[in-house]
Amino acid sequence: MAVMTRERSVVDRPPPVPRKGYSKWARRAPLLPALIFLIIVTQLPFVATLVISFMKWNSLDPTNRGFAGFDNYVNVFTDPDLRSSVVNTIVLTASVVLISLVLGLGLALLLDKKFAGRGFVRTMLIAPFLVVPVAAALIWKHVLYNPEYGLFNGILNWLGFDAQPDWISNMPMSAVVLSLVWQWTPFMMLILLAGLQSKPIEPVEAATIDGASSFQIFRYLTFPHLRQYLELGGLLGSIYIVQNFDAVFTITSGGLGTANLPYMIYQTFYQAHEYGEASAAGVIVVAGSIIIATFALRTVSSLFKEEKR
Amino acid sequence: MSRVWGVLAWFAGIVFFAPVAWMFLTSLHSETDAATNPPSVLAPLTFDGYAEFFDSGAWPPLINSFSASIGSTIIVLLLAIPAAYALSIKPVEKWTDVLFFFLSTKMMPVVAALLPIYLIAQFSGMLDNISFLTLLYCSMNLPIAVWLMRSFLSEVPKEILEAASIDGAGLVTILRRVVAPIAMPGIAATALICFIFSWNELLFARVLTGVVAGTAPVYLTGFVTSQGLFLAKVCAAAVVVSLPVLIAGFAAQDKLVQGLSLGAVK
Repeated sequence: MAVMTRERSVVDRPPPVPRKGYSKWARRAPLLPALIFLIIVTQLPFVATLVISFMKWNSLDPTNRGFAGFDNYVNVFTDPDLRSSVVNTIVLTASVVLISLVLGLGLALLLDKKFAGRGFVRTMLIAPFLVVPVAAALIWKHVLYNPEYGLFNGILNWLGFDAQPDWISNMPMSAVVLSLVWQWTPFMMLILLAGLQSKPIEPVEAATIDGASSFQIFRYLTFPHLRQYLELGGLLGSIYIVQNFDAVFTITSGGLGTANLPYMIYQTFYQAHEYGEASAAGVIVVAGSIIIATFALRTVSSLFKEEKR
Repeated sequence: MSRVWGVLAWFAGIVFFAPVAWMFLTSLHSETDAATNPPSVLAPLTFDGYAEFFDSGAWPPLINSFSASIGSTIIVLLLAIPAAYALSIKPVEKWTDVLFFFLSTKMMPVVAALLPIYLIAQFSGMLDNISFLTLLYCSMNLPIAVWLMRSFLSEVPKEILEAASIDGAGLVTILRRVVAPIAMPGIAATALICFIFSWNELLFARVLTGVVAGTAPVYLTGFVTSQGLFLAKVCAAAVVVSLPVLIAGFAAQDKLVQGLSLGAVK
């Protein structure tokens, strides 16, 4: 594909044929520090999580520590809060990723056209992504959503509406989603815009000469070319938004039915001190993400194979 | 027709930028002007919000954030560049598997490792220690950095590498004279992304640090009081904390795109 043809130099190289054990290890040597570091810092804690998840362990009650079998898992699975947090995580991630992809696509298509001040508009559109997430969440909560003196109700007041809704209490999940869509749309737009601008121009010219409408050009030329960028944006967005903590923590403090899994685990361990249960929830999160990750990795690796061709 | 698109694009740009602009404007208002309905747009400007933010002990968290972000970015580059070299220029056998192992660690939710990492910090006396946080940020950014650097290093044409080694250039010379100049923009993109992600991180910082090693995002969360007016102060704080990212991101927009797409977009 056009984006990645430059990779060819690596791929065309004959497969490495290490002759002796020495040269094999000489090749591996630069890789080892990073690999060992990553295994120690990311893989070992997961093993520890697995062990603790089978233990009875509340840090406020240190004498009563021991083997718990599957009790923590039973507790976690029968806990309605946890089940709703799984649903919340899915709803939050799916809606933020989909809405920002659609908006990002629209904005990227607009920015792909020529108009006065395009660079300036692009810079304005990137700004939301560059505001530190917790700062953005604070601004949305206190400066925009606040029912008494927030900007939204101020604008309603200006426009002559009497309604002064309490945005966060009335629609807590949408309030969180909206603030995240605002931050992530620029991200999607940047990736899709790069995709649009790497599109080869000749087929479009040929199609125009053959009398194709602009919708046909979008449907049969632009969209297929953009597909891999849409997948990339969706995938990366999902990885980050599934783990979102800042917005939920700041805007609703996990209340009003918006607690997602990261917030839930944070609370079980940090506030309730239930180490065993927090770990069991952690193991379940990992199991769940292995399913998503397998799917996601397959997407990336198919992109990767395409690039090898 | 093209004029319609331009107007639409300007409208969208203004809508998306409005909260940022409002944040700047409110940060320059007095607390009473910041909390009116309808909003007082034309109220007199003042730096009181900023003064109050810096007077209330904002420097230590800002310095902590800088040292954790810059420190972890340097360590990540030192680890990622050789690793990327072994995955692109002189690839190890099964290098794609290794590459995907790196990516897969990024898909594991960090929150699942939160408790054991907390316990390790507690037992080793590393709670509220900025070095420990720096080390965690390294592990958080290393997979991304390896992916990015591999994609940039694989752009080095093998013909040049072969020609250089036939001409008798040693490994160090090749790295310095051939690889480094081509890889430099990629290294900059990687550093930018690692810096932004570390600077923004909240969850680990909140759980693992306290009064001594608290970072700027943690400080921000504690900034909202239930009594009195605080909007101007919060906006000033948000502006200050976001400023390094805003400046770096605006200055290096293309690097940002490269980095965010893991090097797929050049």
